[in-house]
Amino acid sequence: MALKIVKGSIDRMFDKNLQDLVRGIRNHKEDEAKYISTCIDEIKQELKQDNIAVKSNAVCKLTYLQMLGYDVSWAAFNIVEVMSSSKFTYKRIGYLAASQCFHESTDVIMLTTNQIRKDLSSPNQYDTGVALTGLSCFVTPDLARDLANDIMTLMSHTKPYIRKKAVLIMYKVFLKYPESLRPAFPRMKEKLEDPDPGVQSAAVNVICELARRNPKNYLSLAPLFFKLMTSSTNNWVLIKIIKLFGALTPLEPRLGKKLIEPLTNLIHSTSAMSLLYECVNTVIAVLISLSSGMPNHSASIQLCVQKLRILIEDSDQNLKYLGLLAMSKILKTHPKSVQSHKDLILQCLDDKDESIRLRALDLLYGMVSKKNLMEIVKKLMLHVDKAEGTTYRDELLTKIIDICSQSNYQYITNFEWYISILVELTRLEGTRHGHLIASQMLDVAIRVKAIRAFAVAQMATLLDNAHLLTGNTQHSGICEVLYAAAWICGEFSEHLEDPMATLEAMLRPKVATLPGHIQAVYVQNAAKLFSTVLCGQEGAPADSKVAQETSQLLIDRLPVFVQSDNLEVQERASCILQLVKYIQKLQQKDVEVAEEVTALFAGELNPVAPKAQKKVPVPEGLDLDAWINEPPSGSESEDEGRKTKGKAVFAKEESRHTKPRYTEVDEKELAKRREVRKAEQANNPFYIKASPSSQKVYQEAVGVEHIPVVQIDLSVPLKVPDQYVKLEEERREKNKTDRKKKDKKKRREKGRQRRGDSGPESEEDITPAHMVDIVTEEMPENALPSDDDDKDPNDPHKALNIDLDKPLADSEKKLPVRTHRPDEVLKSPIEDAEGLEVTSEPKKKSRKEKKDKESKKDKEKKKKKHKQEEGEDLMEAGSEEPVQSKVTNDVAAQPPASTPEASDLDFWLSNAPVPSDPQEAAAVTDAPPASTPDAASGVAAVVPDSEPEETKSSKHKKKKQKREKDKKKKHHHHHHHSDGAREESVQNGTVEDEEPLPPMSNYALLAENSYIKMMKQDADEVCDIQGNLHDGSQVVVSVIFENKCDSFIKSMEFNVMDSLNSKLQRPEGAGPHDSLTVPFHLPPGISNEARFIFSVQSIVMPQKLKGTLTFIVKTEDSSTHEKLDFKLHFTCTSYLITTPCYSDAYAKLLESGDLKGSSLKLEGINQPFHHLLARICFHHHFSVVERIDSCASMYSRSIQGHHVCLLVKTADQTVSIDAKCDEPGLLRNVLDEIKLTFSQC
Amino acid sequence: MIKAILIFNNHGKPRLIRFYEYFAEDVQQQIIRETFHLVSKRDDNVCNFLEGGSLIGGSDYKLIYRHYATLYFVFCVDSSESELGILDLIQVFVETLDKCFENVCELDLIFHMDKGGFSAAPARAVSAVKNINLPEMPRNINIGDINIKVPSLSPF
Repeated sequence: MALKIVKGSIDRMFDKNLQDLVRGIRNHKEDEAKYISTCIDEIKQELKQDNIAVKSNAVCKLTYLQMLGYDVSWAAFNIVEVMSSSKFTYKRIGYLAASQCFHESTDVIMLTTNQIRKDLSSPNQYDTGVALTGLSCFVTPDLARDLANDIMTLMSHTKPYIRKKAVLIMYKVFLKYPESLRPAFPRMKEKLEDPDPGVQSAAVNVICELARRNPKNYLSLAPLFFKLMTSSTNNWVLIKIIKLFGALTPLEPRLGKKLIEPLTNLIHSTSAMSLLYECVNTVIAVLISLSSGMPNHSASIQLCVQKLRILIEDSDQNLKYLGLLAMSKILKTHPKSVQSHKDLILQCLDDKDESIRLRALDLLYGMVSKKNLMEIVKKLMLHVDKAEGTTYRDELLTKIIDICSQSNYQYITNFEWYISILVELTRLEGTRHGHLIASQMLDVAIRVKAIRAFAVAQMATLLDNAHLLTGNTQHSGICEVLYAAAWICGEFSEHLEDPMATLEAMLRPKVATLPGHIQAVYVQNAAKLFSTVLCGQEGAPADSKVAQETSQLLIDRLPVFVQSDNLEVQERASCILQLVKYIQKLQQKDVEVAEEVTALFAGELNPVAPKAQKKVPVPEGLDLDAWINEPPSGSESEDEGRKTKGKAVFAKEESRHTKPRYTEVDEKELAKRREVRKAEQANNPFYIKASPSSQKVYQEAVGVEHIPVVQIDLSVPLKVPDQYVKLEEERREKNKTDRKKKDKKKRREKGRQRRGDSGPESEEDITPAHMVDIVTEEMPENALPSDDDDKDPNDPHKALNIDLDKPLADSEKKLPVRTHRPDEVLKSPIEDAEGLEVTSEPKKKSRKEKKDKESKKDKEKKKKKHKQEEGEDLMEAGSEEPVQSKVTNDVAAQPPASTPEASDLDFWLSNAPVPSDPQEAAAVTDAPPASTPDAASGVAAVVPDSEPEETKSSKHKKKKQKREKDKKKKHHHHHHHSDGAREESVQNGTVEDEEPLPPMSNYALLAENSYIKMMKQDADEVCDIQGNLHDGSQVVVSVIFENKCDSFIKSMEFNVMDSLNSKLQRPEGAGPHDSLTVPFHLPPGISNEARFIFSVQSIVMPQKLKGTLTFIVKTEDSSTHEKLDFKLHFTCTSYLITTPCYSDAYAKLLESGDLKGSSLKLEGINQPFHHLLARICFHHHFSVVERIDSCASMYSRSIQGHHVCLLVKTADQTVSIDAKCDEPGLLRNVLDEIKLTFSQC
Repeated sequence: MIKAILIFNNHGKPRLIRFYEYFAEDVQQQIIRETFHLVSKRDDNVCNFLEGGSLIGGSDYKLIYRHYATLYFVFCVDSSESELGILDLIQVFVETLDKCFENVCELDLIFHMDKGGFSAAPARAVSAVKNINLPEMPRNINIGDINIKVPSLSPF
């Protein structure tokens, strides 16, 4: 006892850790909930303490409880506290907890922005990693927007560990903040060729994921992926790429042609099943996309089917499953090749694994033909009988119905057989699909006229045995069948052999236990039957007694229904009861009533298409919303009530759309229609009229009481009605012999002697038992053909449908950075977390703007399309070769280059070393030599002078327009202002109607000649921020190459003379004077960007490097070597990187006294102060720390960690800049460069 | 994309749960229960794929699972993942756990839930574990070096 007390106090002293909690929960199995609630109380106490270790321990326990299903969102703020701990072990717990329980509507998330930013730029790679991992789970649109830039920077981190994570997380950022996709995409593309395989596969994953949703935007990456596919040995990456190609091929059949060969090779060579499977899948996709153009791929199909067969035959259930899955894809386009494996698939139906059986069922759907339908269904019926679980049995049932009813009963040759199958299916106990069977019965009976007599007979039996269906319970859905049975018997009662018996069956007292809507149908159709009975009786006037008995029967039985609690049943019953009473009176007076009674139900009901009602066009001039009468002023509320009621009734009605409706047509119209129909039928050779002979006269009505109630033993297995199968077989046999006889006759007549049997029956040999007129469903005239657009408007991927091929406008080069209002002093988050405030306003606006942009883009696309079409027309008109192989046409007719990338792709595709597959080669032999030049000349012909200048000027125009637009909507220039990132930070805080900034670009002309133009962006990116001070410093130079001539430029080689200080980074093994190959070719008018990495020793001095670019200009008949010299100017600002800084840290830095000062005065500057700041930010990579009126402090940091601080003041066109830096040389040069910038404008 | 990783024992007790999309706690538990219900009634010799249906995500999603001793490892993935690939991934994951805990068993996961949570993390999102270069990846997997870094951590 005492020990326990001691132990308890120790427990209190040393808080429980996670292990203790888990152990405790395990020890309190019987009162777990109680134990946990005490634990939660303890945790709450612990969270109140200041000690971060205690807190993190508490949060750690909460994560466990969260997993067990306890809501821990109340601790969200504590989680944030733990996240911001400086110790990694605690931070990690915080992020784990956050990733588990934060979501978009967690409000404390906005407190985390700065903490996460700090962690992302932490020197410790694990801090960064943990922040990225956590962020991926709870990134919100706000976080995505605020951190996009930071994450983008991390994509070029030195550590692959971080790069990989950053690349992956960009996907989430894109989803939440689609605007970031275009600016970030070039770098993402770059990562596809990252030296680290992990980063590479991460990039492949992200792009594949993006491309899967909007494949057409990624077509231009096909060549790159193709290269990866042929070079990569990483199976994970290969699988992703191959899957991606599967998504791309439907858009570009030529791509498929190119793919087939390498994929077939992979199929043959790989030993990895997963890769093999994906290859087969993609080949299938390719074949599907080609199926229209080139039917000659039987070898590939054969290969696929063969491999799949191996999979299916494998003993591993997983492979079997996947094999069947892939098989079903082939089925859609090449049913023949799958059908030959029917044996295998039927075998799979017997598998013990339900998933496999379901897959096999799916396959069966496509494999049926007129010939084997009966056999397959017979087999399925056996399975229905054996099936144990109801779900599987229900699945079988729906499949049977699907298989039989597919494409308008195409494969059913014998509807009697089908009806009997349906009737058999009603014997299933406890199925949910009664209504499905019912609707099939109705559909067949209504639309297949010839079958009605048979259907009615079957339905009469069903009605007679109704007690079997409803037998045990109400809840079995199968009683729905009675709904159909009653309706069919009533509507087509002229086919009934014994209408009296059926009438009696329908009026049994037990019917009153059926669901209301079924009773209603019973009552209504009893009336129809009654009229039929009367009709029959009056043919033989002697037996008016029977007719009167019938009336009496109705009068006796109907009152049960009149008392029904279902309104509809009640209404109909009382209505009909009165009618019958009246008729009885007439009968007693010996008046002939039959004719008049039948008139009640005269006319035929036509099937109505399910969507017909919706598609009735609103007649012109009819305004459905207009009031018919002016609304009464006083009783609005009452009116409201009525309206809603009305709506409810209408809605209900709509849900039963598929039911045939009574069309309200007056007698005359009806007669007219009937005439027309008869005339039509008379002219229709396929229509066989229902024989009227089935109307027989019955003399006797059986008394209700005497009907023997036969109990059918339900355990008797379902039997496929063999008689019909046999009958059908006999019939077919007979047909065959008949035909043979005929054939023989013919042969004899022709005097030819041919031997041998006619072989197996072919599809056409089977003639349907009846010439069946399947009535098509009625649709209103002028029905609009459009179908409902069922795309989900909330799909987040829709927003990512962004054209990535358009070259980035300068405005898009950088992601907009959002900082806080400059007048609001920046503070470190620890000091004042509440100070962080995210304005949500600009977000909305940006969305609006985006929409504008999108619509603009759409227009452009349309234009493009138009252009292409024109091109095609031209092409066709111009093609004079009368006989061209299909493929040549195919290639030639491809849209000519209207966008640079497209033409790139076109080139790549049309250069396809056309199929090595021998079969295919045979089909195209004449094509390849002709096609390429053809395509090329085509391109040249249609777009003869797409000079770069022109496109550029048009771009400028667009930009101008955009700016004008911006001006109009003043508040728009928050986000997509053409001037990019840096001044954004300034502008956010400025008054709204300050004039917009002039455009700025980081790209400077490097060199130009008549062939090519080089533009350089001065060192836009610097890696390795921390450590490795002197040897790891790198500067990345992006160079845009633009082809200005009409010829093709290739084999570009880039070389720079290394200086002592700066060296071009060359691949390993290359000598110091070797040149780098530019990794692309340039078709005419195209520009592309390449990046080169330089390592720099000292950053104190600006430098100039001499370089040359050599390239080959290739015209149609010749090629020349050309050379272009240029100078690369590395300014000191190139070595600065924009780094945000908090005002308190900034103050400390200045106080420290390590910095040496320098100053600069600029005169005659008459631009607004915010422009000035923006310029410094943009061109010299500074960030604004604080701005007060006409005074601002700015900060930047060099790649080697030098701090550079500026104090900028302005007064009367004079700008004074006081600067401090720990490296005076660097500072002097930077100031000189700033001076230069301002002297230039 | 992997939508969720669920690890529970033969009785449906969650041992390690990771959702890469937000679901409220009660929904999460519901999903776990349903998944357990679906998975537990399947024999060991049937295939390891299940159509997710209404569970999470809809028809595009699949449940891919493996059963090791007392634990079920269930991955919920969409159609962009290779089915066999995910099966291998589960294997890799289990082997990683094995390396972390030396002969992993259910108790390890119970008592080191925090570590497990983080070793699951690398498997997250777009299955970053895929930088493992597998020479072969049929069902009898034998994977060589594993590149996941689970930082060795001091115990709390």
